[in-house]
This record gives sequence, structure tokens and C-alpha cells, in this order.
Amino acid sequence: MIEGKLHRAPVGRSKPWPETWVAAAFVAPAALVILLVVAIPLARAGWMSLFNIELTKPGVEPFVGLGNYITQLTSAGFWDSIYKALFFTVVTTVLELSLGTGLAMLMDQPMRFRWVLRSLVILPWALPTIVNALMWRWIDNATYGSLNALGTQLGFFHAYVPWLSQDTTAMWMVILADVWKMTPFCALLILAGLQGIDRDLFEAARVDGGGTVDIFRRIVLPLLTPIIMIVLVLRTMEAFKVFDLIWIMTGGGPASSTQTVAIYAYRTAYQGYDFGQGAALGYIIAIAIMLLAAVYLWLLRRTGTTES
Amino acid sequence: MSTHVAGPRGKVPASGTAPRPARRKPLTLRQVRRALLVYAGMAIALVVIVGPFAWLLISSVADKVDLLSRPLSWIPAHISLQRFIDLTVGTSPGDSQAEEFRSALGNSMLIASVTTLVGVSVGTVAAYAFSRFRFPGHGWMILAFMGTTMLPPIALLLPMYQIMNTLGLADTPVALMIIYSSFVTPYVVWLMRGYLDTIPRELDDAARVDGCSRLGVLWRIILPVSKPGLLSTALLAFLLAWDEFLYALVITQTNASRTIPVALNDFIGRYGVDFGRLATGGVIAAIPPLIIGFVFQRYIVAGLTAGSVKG
Repeated sequence: MIEGKLHRAPVGRSKPWPETWVAAAFVAPAALVILLVVAIPLARAGWMSLFNIELTKPGVEPFVGLGNYITQLTSAGFWDSIYKALFFTVVTTVLELSLGTGLAMLMDQPMRFRWVLRSLVILPWALPTIVNALMWRWIDNATYGSLNALGTQLGFFHAYVPWLSQDTTAMWMVILADVWKMTPFCALLILAGLQGIDRDLFEAARVDGGGTVDIFRRIVLPLLTPIIMIVLVLRTMEAFKVFDLIWIMTGGGPASSTQTVAIYAYRTAYQGYDFGQGAALGYIIAIAIMLLAAVYLWLLRRTGTTES
Repeated sequence: MSTHVAGPRGKVPASGTAPRPARRKPLTLRQVRRALLVYAGMAIALVVIVGPFAWLLISSVADKVDLLSRPLSWIPAHISLQRFIDLTVGTSPGDSQAEEFRSALGNSMLIASVTTLVGVSVGTVAAYAFSRFRFPGHGWMILAFMGTTMLPPIALLLPMYQIMNTLGLADTPVALMIIYSSFVTPYVVWLMRGYLDTIPRELDDAARVDGCSRLGVLWRIILPVSKPGLLSTALLAFLLAWDEFLYALVITQTNASRTIPVALNDFIGRYGVDFGRLATGGVIAAIPPLIIGFVFQRYIVAGLTAGSVKG
């Protein structure tokens, strides 16, 4: 006790200053790591996006102002990739949330061997994205794939289908792979929400003569709204940025049928060797996501206030 | 809505009132129906969840002839672990693909471990400050930290690539360690702040009164009681680093720094796709995350829910 007081000389006891300094020292390493690796590249990307930097023309890097942005915002390829990303995002999110809610309700039912389901459900989520992508690429294979084998053996279709190389099915296959992997994630979070609901509410509703559907719609769903909203936000933000899964499964093809905006940006920068355009695209995607975040924040706040 | 509600409500007494007095003894019709539904649902869920991965497992040990047969034989006639041996121990010299895979395993282990260590220590110290101290900029700094996690990786990819080149770090594991640490840190701050908030402040105060320094309080008092939170945070950080593909694809060029996702990507196309080998590589790459997922499931789920619910 005495020792402690001696160490921290007279000034030590005036609260605000030392605490701020200590806090600064504690936060500094983390802030530094993030500043160096995020803020500097971000500033640099902004700078790069104002120039015409084509690796095929070294030494010539004219300033073009917002030219790169204008080029992209008026290009059909860009808007097509935005549409693909939105399509992927909306379909996967809706499927993952609805199937995830169903799966969570199932895992919440009292039954034997429930632990088997509850422990295996983490498998798709834990599987690395790349492995998931390769696995589905193999399953969807046009000549040897097990999906074709299963479909023909069960009589769903008669000829083998080149799932990933025809533009009518490629996007759906990518969506299937994503839904398989991420539905358990949604289910686990929603299950945690379900377990927080007071069971007496169900009993009370049942005694009052409420049916299962009734209870779900009137009691479970409203109480789950906050967690569902959060999962919705997490999933949309991730889905809109999707790269790995599609890159491995289709590379954005056939043609541009699965070319979401991240794939489009990557192709522009690294296959078209156009770093200026690539940087501009990166900024456009970042801004789009920030806008999305702002909308969600507003929505969350609104549902939050209606809850309480 | 109101018409809809009348439906089930009207039905319930019809099938439910008669057996209700005998609820405890035999199963009511409603209970049987419910059980059938639940178990059927569970069976379907299990098949859908396990099926695709089971096929990957089968493919990893099945003979090529079995994999390429039409009609497909689901249970392979010939099973061997040869591909696992080739990729891990390596018996055939000159198998550059297997060599790449082995070095990638080492690189990924190293990079993910260092990332976890750096991210968790740096992030936890910051999280402690956010949890315990009030200081100017408290609020917006947390927002800024979380904001970085929303940035699309593709937006930082080009400058990062150039910066690493000019620093002479291109194609080194260090480059990826730095990048991944910065990705992981905000998540650590978020998760650990949430966890530390649940630990009573009285613990800190008591230690302070006993003459402990601020860092001493964190190290000797708070960290020991935060082990579950630290564990789930560290595991999630490890998985994040183990999984990352886009940056690795651009930053790495040789076996010196290639990670598992890049090595697996290289299995495609370079010499034509050997699906059996691809499946084997995929299974090996999935082993560490799956062990983490199954063994530490409780901590993982706790971390995921805390991360999404807190705040």
C-alpha cells in the first residue's frame, strides 16, 4: 500500500491526466498497426485512383482527376458487376437467414442425439473458404461430378450438366456453395438468441391456445428480430465483398455471369494491368459498403428503439 | 393476419383436447407428429451438412479409377492413403506440387500463429484501455477500429502490394504477418472489450490499492480470469489468418511465402486438375480449422455471438 503511494508521486492522484496518458499508451500499438497497414494504403489508393497507371505503359502516369471514376461509373461492365454482386448478396442472405432460422429452431427442439447435430453444424463454417470452393467445384464438375451422378441416378435429369460453365446455372452453384457454408453460422447465432428467450412465454402462449405457427410469428420472431438484424448486417456486408469463393469456383465466368464487383476490380487491376482504374474501383466498393453500413445503422437504431 | 390466426387455433382443440388429460402417459398424436417432423428435419439437416464433406473425404482416399467412373461408384473399390503420404511426407522426388504444399503448410502455420500472437496481445491491451479508461476520443476510436473491418480488402490490395514491394517484403511471410495482424486486431479489440466489460472493476481497484501498476493489473489479475475470452478470440484470429486468400494470392510468389489457400489454388490447372489430390490437399488444409471448430466449439460460438451481439 505504502509502496504504491510512494511510486506515484504527488501528481499521480489527479485523475484525468494520467489516465488519458495510460490509455493512450495502451491503445497506441493497436492504433499504430492499423494506421500503418490500413490508413496509409488507403490514402495511397486514393492518390493512385486519380492517375492513369497502366503497367503496360511504364513511366507514363498522367493525372486524370476523377477520370477513372467517371470511366467506371459510366461503363456497362461495372454496373453489370454491381448487379451480380447485389444478386448474390440478396439471394444468399435471404436463404441463409431463413434456412438458418429453421435450423436454429430445429436445434432448439428437445430430442435425442441433438448434440450430434449441434456439434456437426459447425463443420461447414469451420471449413476454409478455399477448401469449400474447391469441394463444390469438384461436386459440380461437368463430367465426373457427384451432383451429376446423384441427379442422374435418382432420375432428376438424364444428361450430365456443366453446372459451372453455363451462364444459367453458374451463379446458382456459387450461391449454393455459399449457403451451405454460411447457413450454420447464421443458425448458431440465431440459436444463441433463441436460448435467451424465456421458455415460460411459450408455455403461457400454449396454455392460451396458441398453435406452433402462432407462437413462432407472435412471440419467437419478434424476440429474435434484434439478432436476425445483426446477422443480416454481417452477412450482407460480407457477401457484397465476395471474392475467394467465386474466384476459385468460376473465376467470374463463364463470360461475366458470376463476375461480382470484387472480381471485376481484381480483373481490371491484375489482368488488365490498370492500377489506376483498379484503385478507383476499390474506392467505389468501399464507399458503397459504407453507404450500406450507414443505412443499416439507421435501421438498427430504429428497430432498437421500437424494441425498448 | 387475424384470419390466419383463426386457422390453427380452431384446429387445436379438435385433435388436442381429447388426449390432453392423459398427457403424461401415452404419446399424444400431436407429440408423435412433432417427433416425426423433428427427427426427419434432423436427418435431412445432417445429410446436407455432412454429405458434401463426406464426398470430399471419400475422394481424398479413393482410387482415380473410382473417381472417374461413370456411373459413379459412391463407395470406392480401392482405397489408399498414398496421396496423403505424398503430400505430407513426400516420397517421390521432383514432385514440386507436393513440395509447394508442404512448405505452404509450414508457412500458414507460422503466419497464422504469429498473427494470432501479435493481434491478440496488441488488441487485448487496447481493449483493456477501452473497457476501463475514459479518455478523449474513446467513442470515435472504437468506431474507427470497427470501420476498418468493413473496408473491402480489394480497396487496399494495390497499394499494399506496392508498399510491400518497396519495403523489400514482397514474397515474405513477414508481409502477410503484418497485413493479417492489422486485419485481426480490430476484431480482437471488439471481442476482448466486450469480455473485459463483464469482469468487475472491483478486481482492478483492489489490485491498484495493493500497489499494482496498471500493466501489472492487466497481466496478473485480469488476464488470468479472461482465459475463456482470450481463447475464443485467439482461435477466431487464427482461423481468419489461415483462411485468407486474396492478399496471399497477390503478395506471395514462391514457396518462400505461399500459404495453404494459394497452394491449393495452384493445384488447379497447372498440370491439369488431379481431383483426388485436390481433395486430399483440401482435407489436410481443413484439419486444423476443423479441430479448432470441434474441440473448442463452445468457445468459438461464444466468441461469435459476443462479437455480433455486444454493443
